[in-house]
Formats: sequence, structure tokens, C-alpha cells
Amino acid sequence: MKFAVIQFPGSNCDQDCLAALRSIDEIESDYVWHKETSLRGWDAIVLPGGFSYGDYLRCGAIARFSPIMRSVVQEAQSGKLVIGICNGFQILCEAGLLPGALVRNRSLHFVCEMVTTRVEAADSPFTCGMPVGTLLRLPVAHGEGCYYADERTLYELNERQQVLLRYCDETGRVVPAANPNGSVENIAGICNRERNVFGLMPHPDRACEERLGSSDGARIFESMLRSLATDRAAA
Amino acid sequence: MKVKVIVTPKETVLDPQGAAVREAMQHLGFSAAREVRIGRYLEIELEGDAAMQEPKLRELCRDLLSNPVIEDYRLEMPNEEK
Repeated sequence: MKFAVIQFPGSNCDQDCLAALRSIDEIESDYVWHKETSLRGWDAIVLPGGFSYGDYLRCGAIARFSPIMRSVVQEAQSGKLVIGICNGFQILCEAGLLPGALVRNRSLHFVCEMVTTRVEAADSPFTCGMPVGTLLRLPVAHGEGCYYADERTLYELNERQQVLLRYCDETGRVVPAANPNGSVENIAGICNRERNVFGLMPHPDRACEERLGSSDGARIFESMLRSLATDRAAA
Repeated sequence: MKVKVIVTPKETVLDPQGAAVREAMQHLGFSAAREVRIGRYLEIELEGDAAMQEPKLRELCRDLLSNPVIEDYRLEMPNEEK
């Protein structure tokens, strides 16, 4: 399966994503520069972390208008898998592909640490094969990762089980102390209503081998692979 | 011709920066500051007739200069300044 890693000016986890994806058998991956206009031929799209356009104006606000984004939106609407990590999550929210927004961490500090997240729904292409309650240890590194959504949006997210990951403690309890950035309801990652677009603040790309402290991130990419293979077999 | 855009966080959105500044003001003995909200201020130098460009400017305010999920904006056209 072919995974495209979009490079914006200021992306800095593009190499992490590429290395992580290429370490998984059956995944081919390469960069796609943001000035490109087509994503035909790719099976999945990855928006990596970083500081696209220097985070000017708002995180992701300018990247959202990069030429490639028109194609990202089209492909997302046609059902292709799209995952946005950290700055990629911010870009997906700015582009309106995911509800809500990411604002300044409540502490005002840039957080850079290993966190534990809990899988909240197993019926998405990004979490299939992981039962609800599975704990994933993933690193976070961000200054604007506090997820915000108004009450109605939040209600819908919960109602439709679009929250895929929440920050939790080491035993899996979703408690305020485990929330690194003040995100509402400890939300770490959400998907769209159609479940093919996923955004998360933690970095699965930086947790794909044990020597990095965790290999749990690979499980997310492997889920995507499994889901794509199932779809292809059914086609 | 100059237009001004003022972007502020919505009432429902927590503004930790504003809260930190308010606290600093209180430390400096200014206890009258009940709340501080920090936003963004843009000055846009325009060519040609500002009124003609207002619809496009409003669109840009909504789509680019502010994020309506978390922010409100106010567009001040030159003729409104009197």
C-alpha cells in the first residue's frame, strides 16, 4: 500500500513519518510536496507534524490553503484514508475536515513527553484490531494541542463515537492529571463522521520501534494497512 | 487606504494567555482588571476603493484571518472610523 507524506514548508516530522511507515512491511511511502495538485495513485495520505508556515496567524491556517490541500479534501471526501499528526491535526481542523480546533495549551507551556492514550472506539480504520481500552504509549510535543469544540460538537463527537483516543494514566483511567494540554474531555484524537479522516496530537510516527521508548505507534499504521487490505480484498 | 481587522477569542474559549496577563496586572497592583482577553490586530493597506472590496475582505476574515470555531472578528472599514 502506498502512503503519501505531504511536505509543507516548515513540516519537521516528515522524515519521522517516512521512516516509520517504511519500517512496516507492505507499506511503501514517499514525500509529496505541497505544491503538487494530485494525490491519484496513493492509498493513504499523511499530514505530518511540524510548524507549517512557521505557525503564522494560527497553526495550520496557511497550510490549509496550500495547492495540495484541494486534493487532500477531494480524496478525503471520496473516502481515502487521511491521518493528520500534531500540526497535521491542526491543518485538518483548519481545513474543516475535522470539527473543533486546537488552541494554546492550558499551561501555556510547550509539552514534550511520553503520554498514555486509551483507544475509545475500535471500529475505525485507524484503530481496527485494537479493542476499546487498549493503551498506547505515544510521545507528544506541542504548544497548541488543547482540543476545543463547542458543546454541541462535543455531544455529536461522543454520540457518534468519533473520539478515537483519550489521554489517560498508566492504568487507563481518563483523569485530569493525565491531560497534558487541557484538551476538553481528555481528547487526544478524533475522526470525522465517515471515519476515514483521523487527527491526533500524539506522534505515532515517533513511536514505531522499542529503542524510541515505544512501538505502539506502529499499531495505528498497521490498522490502516489492515483496513486498506480488507477493502481491497472486498473490491 | 487602511482597514483594520481585530480578532478575539470567543467568550466560550479559554484564554490562558489573557489569564496570565491579568494575573501579572494584579501583581502590579492593578486589581481592577477583571478579565483580559488577547487577540490579534491586523492593518491592511488597500489599493483602490475599500467599499468595493469589503465583501471579499469579509470572506477572508472568515476563512483565513480568523477561525470561526474559536474566534470572532471585527472588520473596520475606513469610513467607519469617524
